[in-house]
Amino acid sequence: MSMILQYVSAFAVGGALCVVAQILIDYTSLTPCKILVIYVVSGVVLSGVGLYGPLEKIAHCGATVPLTGFGHTLCEGVKKAVSENGLIGVLTGGLSATAGGISAALVFGYIAALIFKGKPK
Amino acid sequence: MKIEKKKYVQYTKDRSPKSNCFSDSVRAFWVGGSVCFIAQCFQDLYKLTDMKDETVKTLVPVTMIFIAIVLTGIGVFDNIASFGKAGVLVPITGFANAVVAPAIDTKAEGYVSGVGSKIFSIAGPVILFGVLSSAAYGVIYYLVTAVMK
Repeated sequence: MSMILQYVSAFAVGGALCVVAQILIDYTSLTPCKILVIYVVSGVVLSGVGLYGPLEKIAHCGATVPLTGFGHTLCEGVKKAVSENGLIGVLTGGLSATAGGISAALVFGYIAALIFKGKPK
Repeated sequence: MKIEKKKYVQYTKDRSPKSNCFSDSVRAFWVGGSVCFIAQCFQDLYKLTDMKDETVKTLVPVTMIFIAIVLTGIGVFDNIASFGKAGVLVPITGFANAVVAPAIDTKAEGYVSGVGSKIFSIAGPVILFGVLSSAAYGVIYYLVTAVMK
């Protein structure tokens, strides 16, 4: 039962986060790029004030997969690094925690650019 | 042919495709929800193996990024995005698409100054502001814990 609930909450929370962005796109003149930036920064802020952690516990991938989750990972990484290594953690924590995702996007992205042809303009 | 400005504005308004916020939002909801649902399936699948929790946590976004990049490469992603709108933009799939799509399109400008720089055209701002805000949080966290001691 808890398994089903986990999937339902992932679906609902992930979907809800996408609806907020859709409303921003339709009612404001924000570009998708700015919306992604807003999402990452909100993720950091929500995680910093301690709201995103509980949301992740409830919604799992519904909270981690949207880009706010990227901000959450950055924030958690910094927090962990600061408590382990002190002030230097401010600079090392964020990117080390998100290194997997960023490197994957860059490495796969570059390989894809080598393989696939762009659309004729 | 002379057209009054007012009439012209009305004309273009009538002719341009209408975006319906409600149906857009409904689509964004179930497409975005489905993306997270699929990610959840991968996470539970990986948890069945003897991988560490940390590894699984990294591997799930990596899997979603990989799928999004392949879909972008074969040209399917744009179709999904025009249907699901923010439903695929906001999940990590949108980030992956934003990395690879400009990279593929600027191939003609060269692999260093074309692909190499355009690959960051959207990922750059996202990573920059993410790192900036997390660093600001880190300083605050450091100061607060130092005072509490």
